[in-house]
Amino acid sequence: MADFETPELQEYSVVPKLEKGTMAGSAPFIAKPQFQEPLGYPGELVDNWEEKVITKMDDLRGKYRGFQVFLDSCVKCGACTDKCHYYLGTKDPKNMPVARQDLLRKVYRRYSTFAGKFFGALGIPGFVGAADLNKEVLDDWYSYFHQCSQCRRCSVYCPYGIDTAEISMAAREIMATVGVGQKYCNQIIAKAQTIGNNLGLPQPALLDTLEGLEEEVEEDTGVAVKFPLDQKGCDILLITPSADFFAEPHVDGLMGYAKVFHESGISWTMSSSASEAANFGMFIGSYETMRTLSLRIREAALELGVKRIIFGECGHAWRVAYSFLNTLAGPWDFLDQNYPIPQHICEFTNDMIEKDELKFDKSANDHMTLTFHDSCNVARGSRMGDKPGGQMDIPRAVIKAVCNNYVDMPNDTIGEATFCCGGGGGLLTDDLMELRVKGAQPRMEAYKSTVDNSGVTNLVAICAICKSQFTKVLPYYGFGMTDILSLHQLVSDAIILTGSEDDTSEDSDTNESE
Amino acid sequence: MSASVVYALAFYLASAIFIIGVVRKIVQYAKIPAPLKIPTMPAPTTQAGVVVRMFTEVVLFNSLFKSNKWIWIFGWMFHFALLLAVFRHLRYVIPADSFLMPLIGHEIVQAFGKYAGFAMLAGLGGLFARRIFVDRVRYISSPSDYAMLLLIMGIAGTGLMMSFVEHTDIVMLKEFMLGLLIFNIQPLPSDTNLLVHLGLVIALMIIFPISKLLHAPGVFFSPTRNQVDNARTKRHLAPWAAELEADRKAGE
Ligand code: HEM
Ligand code: SF4
Ligand code: SF4
Repeated sequence: MADFETPELQEYSVVPKLEKGTMAGSAPFIAKPQFQEPLGYPGELVDNWEEKVITKMDDLRGKYRGFQVFLDSCVKCGACTDKCHYYLGTKDPKNMPVARQDLLRKVYRRYSTFAGKFFGALGIPGFVGAADLNKEVLDDWYSYFHQCSQCRRCSVYCPYGIDTAEISMAAREIMATVGVGQKYCNQIIAKAQTIGNNLGLPQPALLDTLEGLEEEVEEDTGVAVKFPLDQKGCDILLITPSADFFAEPHVDGLMGYAKVFHESGISWTMSSSASEAANFGMFIGSYETMRTLSLRIREAALELGVKRIIFGECGHAWRVAYSFLNTLAGPWDFLDQNYPIPQHICEFTNDMIEKDELKFDKSANDHMTLTFHDSCNVARGSRMGDKPGGQMDIPRAVIKAVCNNYVDMPNDTIGEATFCCGGGGGLLTDDLMELRVKGAQPRMEAYKSTVDNSGVTNLVAICAICKSQFTKVLPYYGFGMTDILSLHQLVSDAIILTGSEDDTSEDSDTNESE
Repeated sequence: MSASVVYALAFYLASAIFIIGVVRKIVQYAKIPAPLKIPTMPAPTTQAGVVVRMFTEVVLFNSLFKSNKWIWIFGWMFHFALLLAVFRHLRYVIPADSFLMPLIGHEIVQAFGKYAGFAMLAGLGGLFARRIFVDRVRYISSPSDYAMLLLIMGIAGTGLMMSFVEHTDIVMLKEFMLGLLIFNIQPLPSDTNLLVHLGLVIALMIIFPISKLLHAPGVFFSPTRNQVDNARTKRHLAPWAAELEADRKAGE
């Protein structure tokens, strides 16, 4: 399949011995000037880049408390060393979270701390973990800060909560500032900013796709479920990742949301100018870009005159939405304050289920046994509902309301301990295929153990990146690419639409038979 | 110059570096804004919850416990022995008539404090062994990481020597310490053990604000641990981020 070996799946808890340099050659394509300049970055590596790197690092240290505290506080205890899926999958020591941080920390130590300057002057900066900045170090940064999916698993286990994701974001921003940006992310950001979504789908194409979906659902169920776009005066604005418009299994999820909205009777619309939940500004560490992208949502909400904003299934988008949207594009005083702003589609569906407003035929999903992959950004970067941990409980509650066979993966691989799919954080690009396959190993091992022990047949996710990544990597590990499902696809398959052929009076209380 | 004068001056210098250095760092941390809500979730939804979370981190090393039982047991032993030892040492610098004396002089503190040195050495030894034997930890260790452990082991070791093998002249030492507080340099006992012990303590104070020992103030400022999970209900805006909002359309 490719010029690297797919790791063999083992017991999921094995921590490998170090193998230096196994991933030294891994790096995504560097952004050409045409993808750098629209974001305000220099087209290529600037002349006095060493100096600029330090200046930018100082700037970020003054803007982000976390960055400064994390740079100072690591005691090299080693607690995080075996927590990163990229380390577990590649064995490359520079993929241990602390080692990844140290790539940057050693430069900080060298130029911005007394200890580094002192021992640097003596010619032994390495004594205190400091090192000179040179092209080799910069290349290492480019390689290894693009081997971090910003999943935050390390931050759960560090005694000071040191979050390597924050360091990676800062490093990527520093690199872009001196002219070394990443092509995949920057290209996508430009499209989202100019056209409205990451795929560059203009309004006519979207309308066309949505009409197709309407026809498909009507053919299937006999009910005219609408997929409204740019309609003014609706209650709800749905912001969903653009992959939901056409990719498999994402689009089946979109059909699920539409059916739930239809049954709820609440009017809703999507927006072509804000037809993207994803916000790659987070991946490149740029507050400004993240903010610009978020403001599109504010503008769309104002223009369409909606009362509520709901996000579709997307992990990092939900982190940006839940944790940052109020900061970046708030205050949301013009929306209905009786509902969470923004709300997750799973929260919405769960509310409908709790109010008993949806009818399901759970047996529609009886041919499968399901397990749920907690997406890292949802599990460790956000919440759903009003209790801590709702982000784990609510999706599971929805799944259990629409299917009969559900089993969790091992405890140390779900919830706050969840393993990344291997493709998050702006790494979902073909030029990083080896990394993506190897980084998926811990998740694949956990999945395999439920397949082997509990007869699980499918993996459910609520993240566009996870879904695309699993579609690609499952076959490397001997699973079917269609094992991965959208959560709302299950909802879609089980829901009984009012007025459909399945909606008979005997059937209508199936959801109470549990 | 006599050893007493050298040590007295070194103590003043080290104290100045320690206090000024740590205060400067704390002020720096406090001043830098945390522009985004980044608590590691699930996180407490109230300030009281954050206090509980911080307490479990600082007192129980909760995250470390989840992470690695070996580091946890060694690290926890070392830190709590250190705390006890520091507590016990207060009697050398607190006048006998101080209201704190009954507490510090209490048998339990003194007895546990006396043996805490062994727990400290055991904990440090465990951590040191991990640095040598666990390949991942060896890879991330710099010479200074080993040196710092050796330094503290040296302090604990010489301290234990004085407790159990070769007592120093405590009365004289106490007079020296109390003298320092009122800038009146008294003679210091001259046994090597004590001089090494105090020399290493002085070194530790000096490196504290310029090394990873900053984890002690740092942990309280870590946004992933000290933030409340309330982003949807309360708008969180850093001053530099607020400045960006000048471009918002008027009337919005
Ligand atoms: C708020 C107070 C403090 C907290 C919460 C704290 C917490 C921790 C934790 C969780 C670790 C990692 C586990 C370990 O290796 O032990 C650690 C390491 C360490 N701490 Fe502290 N600490 C505090 C104060 C101090 C102080 C005052 C010192 C002064 C000597 C100190 C010295 C060290 C050293 C040397 C290490 C590294 C051990 C190694 O090399 O493995 N800590 N601390
Ligand atoms: S954030 Fe995730 S990918 Fe990055 S170092 Fe930590 S565990 Fe690894
Ligand atoms: S767990 Fe935290 S303190 Fe320990 S080595 Fe990793 S980043 Fe450093």
